Amino acid sequence: MAEIFVLAEHRQGQLRDITFEMLTKARELAEKTNAELTTVLLGKNVKESAKNLTEYAKKVIVVEDEKLGSFNSDAYLKVLSTLIKEHKPALTIIGHTSYGVELAPRLAAAIGIPLATDCIDVAFEGDALAVTRQMYGGKVNAKAILRKSESYMVTLRQAAFQAQKPTAPMNGQILEVPSPLTEEITTKRFIEYVLPPPGGVDITAAEVLVGIGRGIKDQANLPLVEELAKSLGGVLACSRPIVDKGWLPSDRQVGTSGKTVKPKLYVALGISGAFQHVLGMKNSDLIIAVNKDPKAPIFSFSDYGVVEDLFKVVPPLKNKINELKSQKA
Amino acid sequence: MDVIVCVKQVPETAEAELKIDASGKKIEKTGLVFDINEWDDYALEEAVRIKEKFGGTVTAITVGPEDSDSTLRKCLARGADKAIRLTDPKFEGSDAFATAKILHSVIKTMHFDLILTGAQAGDDGSAVVGPVLAELLGVPHAAMVKKIELGEGKAVVNRELEGGLEERLEVKLPALFAVQTGINEPRYVSIMGIRKAMQKEIKVMRLSDTGLNESEVGESGSWLKIEKLYVPPVEKQAEFLQGSPDEIATKIVEILKSRGLI
Ligand SMILES: Cc1cc2nc3c(=O)[nH]c(=O)nc-3n(C[C@H](O)[C@H](O)[C@H](O)COP(=O)(O)OP(=O)(O)OC[C@H]3O[C@@H](n4cnc5c(N)ncnc54)[C@H](O)[C@@H]3O)c2cc1C
Ligand SMILES: Nc1ncnc2c1ncn2[C@@H]1O[C@H](COP(=O)(O)O)[C@@H](O)[C@H]1O
Repeated sequence: MAEIFVLAEHRQGQLRDITFEMLTKARELAEKTNAELTTVLLGKNVKESAKNLTEYAKKVIVVEDEKLGSFNSDAYLKVLSTLIKEHKPALTIIGHTSYGVELAPRLAAAIGIPLATDCIDVAFEGDALAVTRQMYGGKVNAKAILRKSESYMVTLRQAAFQAQKPTAPMNGQILEVPSPLTEEITTKRFIEYVLPPPGGVDITAAEVLVGIGRGIKDQANLPLVEELAKSLGGVLACSRPIVDKGWLPSDRQVGTSGKTVKPKLYVALGISGAFQHVLGMKNSDLIIAVNKDPKAPIFSFSDYGVVEDLFKVVPPLKNKINELKSQKA
Repeated sequence: MDVIVCVKQVPETAEAELKIDASGKKIEKTGLVFDINEWDDYALEEAVRIKEKFGGTVTAITVGPEDSDSTLRKCLARGADKAIRLTDPKFEGSDAFATAKILHSVIKTMHFDLILTGAQAGDDGSAVVGPVLAELLGVPHAAMVKKIELGEGKAVVNRELEGGLEERLEVKLPALFAVQTGINEPRYVSIMGIRKAMQKEIKVMRLSDTGLNESEVGESGSWLKIEKLYVPPVEKQAEFLQGSPDEIATKIVEILKSRGLI
């Protein structure tokens, strides 16, 4: 019977959300194609996680090794290529995360199987594999077919699939496999984790956030939006380019590589709505977006949209709010 | 330090209206403004800074059509010493995997201590070329790199994980690093730089110069074949507020009031 591999992603003893998202999608694929669902867990002292995973897969392949104590893509590559060559899974699923993007392309090239990255959907069409991925910052979707192969690999976008528990635990069987890592990995060595610097403002605690993006154009325009945030009793947050330019500190960044926020109000000004940003704010109670471009993806995640130059909307908005507040006072 | 930087010219699409062309597999390119891929801009800056600190050379290399010269000129103006453009009708339709093979065919003949790529290209967003190129060359790599400290025969790099967390790794040189935005602040190009760059030569190479055969490049040498492009279905369409900026502001205030937010 055909097999589908899911690489369990974990960090500091914790299985990460993406693992359960991948397992959910993989379960659907396995049911449709009558394949066996196997999850692969590499690490050191991972018994607890392995047990947890038995609820989600028919088989849990566990490889324990000192050298797998922290993520090292070269170590992972050696172990996984051994397992994939041996089991020949029809499909191997890896997360499109920082770990996954370092590992998957090199692994696929090393084994010689085709890979599609950052997929938001995957389906077998006969023995062909079709994927859906986004291009041009989420403005266009592409359906693509992978080159014919007996074994395929994909990386799945974070939060593209909602993690669900199987209706009944799958009572998977744990299969402990001896580590094929005979030698030290000398190419690459993990040193330590570096925590983000402690921030002055905790945007995750704010009830109102005014999020600014590249549409703000110039650092000199920051006071304007700062004032709007103040009128609303909120604080400024931002997309990544604003932090990259050094206009706001990194603790203000919303998104996959920043913070996840859920304020009562999120006002997005000049933000296009790339998924890495959207993942960090889409669960806000009320989202109002201002963007010049009517096709900006942000509008698909907002309650209210304003297609206009933010510099025309922000000043009257700020004034009206201040007026109202002074009337009340 | 001899550094090779892989750069791609991509259309500026954040503010542009995109149209899918008649084939249904590509976007209409006319009317779009092209520039260096955002991530590669940071990679190039990092390479130039390394050269300024340690000496050596910077070579910018691209697989792309003739008009990619404007991106290569920008690299030269910023401080790259050499530029190579790989252009051939047979390269068309190459995905990230085929592109990595084309880059490999040339880079394997060159001396380098370091290769820098962007973390991803803004158009296809594959994040594939760097790590595959490293595999083909048999050198170590790190992806999502936010900081590079070079030492004797090795580098210590910070890799970006999720949620603001990073990890520090020691990597043996020569190596390939795929850099993430924010690693530095790319400099502006001086008029002098642009003038000087106009005099530098861009080396052009074709399929016949790569030692690859036709089937290894283009669509036949790719992992992925695009079947169709389409506008993403909308999950939750915003209600658009119409009117003059003043009227819009009033409407927003009403919404906020009704929700008890002001
Ligand atoms: C691994 C990885 C992690 C990432 N993590 C994050 C993250 O955590 N957070 C994040 O935000 N991004 C992240 N990104 C970057 C992300 O992919 C996008 O590049 C980024 O979110 C774009 O920011 P933006 O919307 O501000 O800029 P752009 O995409 O350039 O959009 C600018 C928008 O402003 C509009 N605009 C311009 N002028 C005006 C005006 N006068 N009035 C109104 N609108 C205007 C334009 O129409 C456009 O839609 C990450 C990327 C990668 C690869
Ligand atoms: N056509 C190309 N020519 C040169 N370098 C490229 C090309 N395509 C991609 N790259 C490099 O590979 C990185 C990742 O691209 P991708 O894998 O397409 O997302 C880019 O940031 C570039 O550094």
